[in-house]
Order: sequence, then structure tokens, then C-alpha cells
Amino acid sequence: MNIYRSHVLICGGTGCTSSKSDKLQEKFEKLLVEKELDKEVKVVRTGCFGLCEAGPIIIVYPEGSFYSQVKIDDVEEIIEEHLLKGRIVKRLLFKDAIVEDIVKSVDEVDFYKKQKRIALKNCGVINPEDIDEYIALDGYLALGKALTEMTPEEVIETVKDSGLRGRGGGGFPTGLKWGFTAKAEGNQKYVLCNADEGDPGAFMDRSILEGDPHSVIEAMALAGYAIGSNQGYVYIRAEYPIAVERLQIAINQAREKGLLGKNIFGSDFDFDMEIRLGAGAFVCGEETALIASIEGERGMPRNKPPYPANKGLWQKPTLINNVETYANVAQIILHGADWFKEMGTEKSPGTKVFALGGKINNTGLIEIPMGTTLREVIYEVGGGIPNGKKFKAVQTGGPSGGCITSESLDTPIDFDSLTSIGSMMGSGGMIVMDEDDCMVDIARFFLDFTVEESCGKCPPCRIGTKRMLEILEKITSGKGEPEDLDRLERLAENIKVSSLCGLGQTAPNPVLSTLKHFRHEYEAHVNEKRCPFPHLRINSI
Amino acid sequence: MGFKFDWEENKEKIETLKEVIEENRSKKGSLMPVLHRAQKIFGYLPIEVQSIISEELNVPLAEIYGVATFYSQFSLIPKGKYQIGVCLGTACYVKGSQSLVDKVKKELNLEVDGTTADGKFSLQATRCIGACGLAPVMTVNEDVYGKLKSDEIPKILKKYMD
Amino acid sequence: MKSLEELKKIREESLKKINLRKDRGEGTRIVVGMATCGISAGARPVLMSLLEEADKRNLGDVQVTQTGCIGVCRLEPIFEVYKPGEEKVTYVNMTPEKARKVMAEHIVNGNVVTEYTIGAAE
Repeated sequence: MNIYRSHVLICGGTGCTSSKSDKLQEKFEKLLVEKELDKEVKVVRTGCFGLCEAGPIIIVYPEGSFYSQVKIDDVEEIIEEHLLKGRIVKRLLFKDAIVEDIVKSVDEVDFYKKQKRIALKNCGVINPEDIDEYIALDGYLALGKALTEMTPEEVIETVKDSGLRGRGGGGFPTGLKWGFTAKAEGNQKYVLCNADEGDPGAFMDRSILEGDPHSVIEAMALAGYAIGSNQGYVYIRAEYPIAVERLQIAINQAREKGLLGKNIFGSDFDFDMEIRLGAGAFVCGEETALIASIEGERGMPRNKPPYPANKGLWQKPTLINNVETYANVAQIILHGADWFKEMGTEKSPGTKVFALGGKINNTGLIEIPMGTTLREVIYEVGGGIPNGKKFKAVQTGGPSGGCITSESLDTPIDFDSLTSIGSMMGSGGMIVMDEDDCMVDIARFFLDFTVEESCGKCPPCRIGTKRMLEILEKITSGKGEPEDLDRLERLAENIKVSSLCGLGQTAPNPVLSTLKHFRHEYEAHVNEKRCPFPHLRINSI
Repeated sequence: MGFKFDWEENKEKIETLKEVIEENRSKKGSLMPVLHRAQKIFGYLPIEVQSIISEELNVPLAEIYGVATFYSQFSLIPKGKYQIGVCLGTACYVKGSQSLVDKVKKELNLEVDGTTADGKFSLQATRCIGACGLAPVMTVNEDVYGKLKSDEIPKILKKYMD
Repeated sequence: MKSLEELKKIREESLKKINLRKDRGEGTRIVVGMATCGISAGARPVLMSLLEEADKRNLGDVQVTQTGCIGVCRLEPIFEVYKPGEEKVTYVNMTPEKARKVMAEHIVNGNVVTEYTIGAAE
């Protein structure tokens, strides 16, 4: 093995790969060989660093120099100046990494200062295609500890005590779910991972799978041990080719090392897992629809009860958790429930990953302790609104959530507080809107999405959301009448209470919440017979 | 739009498909993986391919058609040589990706989910592809165009015309 | 994977590979002058021997890094050793052999090799 004096970490997340970070890697490798530095300097392709806005990102250790928006032609300069002569190339540093000519290392930059990385702990630190690097940072230690020192009941108790809640949006206590599935009768049980991340604008699950796939594999094996299952499935979107590939590599490596397979850690516990691809249906993020899809059917939700814990995949007891939830589990087992509870709030311990997008300076992926306020997220971590515009609202929870206005910016973020101000945590998409954005159009956008994605099984969602969309289009195209607003509201309330699954029950939320906070914008459309935001083209699909 | 499935031309592909079905036959819930592979082999899922899968897997054609039409990733018509995707995720939408879709539609006289008659271009309004930092984003096959304005589109499309 | 010990072994081996990316500022730092003058005086073999030695001795917390011109070109190759809580020590006229000795005596055992330091050379 070789020790290197310097590591060049290149972001291999989807965002940076889209801006050609793979080409940067090739160039680095080629030039390092040419300059005979390849025995001293190691190039590592990692997962997402989170600050997608500044991509492609390169971090050079040991200094922790944070280079952003690096171009192919800059590679030579970084090698010549930094790697050869030890002079940091200041002009390429991320703008916040150099203040009054003082260079800061990556973890001193404001964007990262308020963050607390648990689920994203290894993202941007390790090479996701090398299991040894995961193991180096305590990987699979939790599984080893559980299999050799803990009973399945103790594992479940620890997860329960930690207060971990489902990060997919529901916020259901994870430990309870594990307990139910463990108690369910059945000779065969399954562990599922929901990686069908559909909320447009949320991409934390993808980043975790791309940057740290073993954390999910380890957690699923832990879950298998806890509930008595030997088979897992990861249901992942086919739109995430990099994540699928890295996860498959990780599964293969875990098998080779005997961390999946028979008699893991010399115990009598066997566990293996398989990837199943989604095919572009948002509703498959709903757990019963996801199960139907794995079984090879149209991904339509089923009535609950029975819950998957009792009758899930192929009618067998099934545990299903989201990617980010799993990414917390191994560390909880390793460090204990109390360690986890120290972070976050009493009822929502730990951290949450958010995807910051829209009208915000630092677009990207962040992980913050629960209880951080929206203001801190938007202005400190997110760096505020670009072009000196005024903040108008932030949408959380995607098409199921609602918008939050400036009056509520000091609300600490946790599952319950977001619900109490009329939005929800959701999977963690956070889209910022500025004064130029028309809220009626935003509501129409989300509804257009749900109409498209409604599976068609139950009429309130299939027909109701379509009617709502028609009314909204009528309003945005300048043909609305004052009565339309009441119609919209009534219809929304009906769909909420009568739909079969979460998709329909929450689909009206963006409309209800914009109606509540921005009714004047709706009224302006209706009264002036046009969109009051002149730059917006009249939308007629 | 008429696209004809040529049995003779697709002979080898059909053999490959049958091998894939053989590999997956014993798997529980094999339909989705088989459809994914079939779409990869043929580029789309014409009714002829669905019938083969139906016979081989002993699943009613109606059921297969139901699944194939339910998921947006499966296409019943061939995709273009150049597949254009405009991201309509929220982050891109807020930054104006709708105007990109409209521009492509107009330039190529093409509807969303359609393919041009010469088989050259197809257009999809994709869900978030996760390049939110580059919003709004358009992709043409593997090429990614970020922070795009609609008046830059004709020039980009031109690159793929000949 | 048959036992926890097996895992811990892999862990220790691998930790060396990536230690560089965490815990900056703790542990010992060795900075080698690698400007043109340093390189032409033979700084690169010195640097490589430091790396090899750190690897062989399992010194995961030792960072070997480079810097530009340290300023006393006539004494190149030069490297400086920063140990937490101690004064900086500057070694001059280094060769790979001398570097190995510094590694053993100073970095591992904590005894400064006075004869090689800049003070002795002046």
C-alpha cells in the first residue's frame, strides 16, 4: 500500500458529473503521470460535496483547499502551483473560502459551518467504489457489534430509544416500525429500501447512494438481523444511473468481503440484497405502490390496513424505510441512542438533509440539526437570495407540502413545527421563491405534476386533481371568476379527506397553502384577468 | 405516427431478449426487470415485443400492456436518435425551464413525449435529474446544457441536425 | 467476514490511506520545501523516503506535505517538522538516508536530531 502526501478529491455526484467532473479526473490522472507525481498524489472520485451551485468541485488535502467551478484548463495550474510548489491557487477557490486574502479550508466555509453531517458523513470524503475506505471510517463496525454483542431486541430498542423518525417525509418512528415487523408472524420477511425519490427538486437519497452506498447496505443488514429477514431489496429510480451503478458495485464488494451472504461475522445470520429499478412513477414512493411495482404490477397503492409490517411484499411481513433513514442507523447502533438524541429537538432528534434550490445563492445539499431555523438555512447556509431580490416564500415538502412565508422564517425546523405552519418536512426539497415568482403559477406547476403522476386508482385523486388543475389554468390564463377560488378550496378539502393514499391526500396542499398566504395574488389574476407578473408568459398547456 | 416493427431486422435482438427472459424466469417479480432489459435492447416496447414477453413469461398481454403504459420510462414508440430532455423539476421550473420546452417544441415542431418523423429527435419533459445547481437544464443524449436561455436553443439543436 | 477482529484489521490498514482527509491540525506535520531550488537540490527523493517511512512505520497521524521556497536555498533540500505543542524544527541539507533517521529519532522517539538542524549548519 502506498501513502500519498496529497489527495485530490473530485466530486462525482450527478450535478458535478453533468458539468464534466469526469473529464477533470482524466486530465488530473494523465498530467500527474506525466509529471511523475502519481506516486505522491492520489486522485479520488467521491460523492456529492453538497455545494452543487459551485460545481465542479475539487478539494485538495491535506490543506482542505476548496476549488470551485474548475475548468479543464485549470487542472495544469492546480498541479503546477498547488501540488508541485505548495501554493494554493487563490483565483480558483470558492468565493467564501477566501476572505480578505485569508484562505479558509473547506470545513471553515460558512456553507458547512452550521451543518452537521450524519447521513452525509462520508459523502465527499470517501471513494464510494472502495469498500475499504468505508470500513476505515468505522464502516460495518455497527453490524459487527450487533451480530456479536447484541440481540435483535436490543438493536430494535436502540433504534426506538434514539427517537429516529422516517426521513422520507412521514416522520413515523422508525423503531416502532421495526418492532411491528419483528413481531409479525411469518417464515419469510423482507427488508426494503425506498430509493424512489420523486419529489422534483430533492436529491438527497441519490447523493447518499452515490456517495456512501455502504451505509445503506449496512443498515439494511442490521434491519434484517433485527426483524429476522434474510433478503433485502432496494427499489431505486432508473433515472439515477450513477447511483444504481455505485450501489451495485458496493453490493458486490460487500459480498466478496462476506459482509453480505451466509454466516456474517461467524454468526448464523444470513443476508443478501438485490436492486430493483423503478420506471418513472412518482406514486411508487408510496410504500404499498412500491411493493406492487416490485411484484411486477402497475405501481398502484393498496388499502391499508393490512400494513406492510404484516402483509407486504408477496404478502409477507415487510419493513420499508427510506434511504436517508437507513443512513442514520449504523451510527446510532455504534454510538448509542443518547448520542443521537443530543442532536436536534426533543421530538425530532438528529439531523435532516435538505436540497436547497430555486432562487438561492448556494444551491446544493445540506444537512443540519433539527431545530435550526429556516432563516439560518436560507441566509447563512444558503447564502441568501441572488441579485438583491426579496425573499417571498420557501416551498418544503414538494408537491405534498406547502409554502412558508417570511413571517415564519424563525420557525425551528422539525417534523411537527413545519406541519403546524401549514407545510411539511417531506423528503427535504426546499425551493426558494423570490418577489418575481407568481405563487399561482407555482401552485399550478405542482398540481400539473400530481395530475400527471396520479395512478388513477381512486376517483378523488384521478378526477379531482384534474378539475383543480383546470380551474387553476383558467385563472392563470386570465379567464378566472371570483367564485373559482371557493370552488378550488372546496374541491381541495374534499380530495384531502377522500383519497386513497398519501399522494392524493396531500396533492391539494400547495394550492391550499398559497391560497392562504397569497390569496391576493389569486384575486389579482381573477380581477385583472391576467397574471400580475408581466414577465410570466400566460401558461396554457 | 406509424412505426413498423420489422421481424427480420430484429431477429438477433429477439434472441437476446429470449436469453434475458430465461435468466430472469425464476426470479420473483420478473416482469419489471425483463421490461427494462427489453426496452434497452429494442429502444422501445412495441406490442410485438410485449407479445413475446407475454408468451414466454406466461403473463397475459393485457397485464403487460398495463404495466408498460403505466410507467413513464417505458415507451411504446421508438425514441429519436437524439433524445432531448428538459428538466421540469421544481428548481429548474422556477428558473424558467418551461420556456425551454416551448422553444424546443416550436423549433422542431415536436410534442412532449413525441418523436420527429425522421426519427432524429424525441422530446421528454424529465423529472429532476439532480443538476439543480445548473438550473435550468436540458440534456441531449449524454450532453448536459446548464444555465440555459431559450434563445440559445436553436444553436444547440443545429449541432445535431446533420 | 468471519469476525470483528478481521474487520478491525481492514479498518486499521485502510485508515492510513485516508487519514489525510480528516483531523487536520492534529498530529505531526512535515513540510518539504519543493520550489525549483528544492527540487533541483533533490527534495523529491527526500519527500518519497518520508512517505515510505511513514507508511512502513504505520504513522497514520503524520502528514507529509510540500511548500514553496523556504528561503535558504543554499541549504536545500529542507524540511520543517511541526509537532503539536513543540517549536518548529528545520532540517537542512537533507538526503533520503538522513530523512529516514529523522523519522525514526525525532518523529517516532521524540528526540530532535540536532546535527541536521539549521542551527547546526549555520
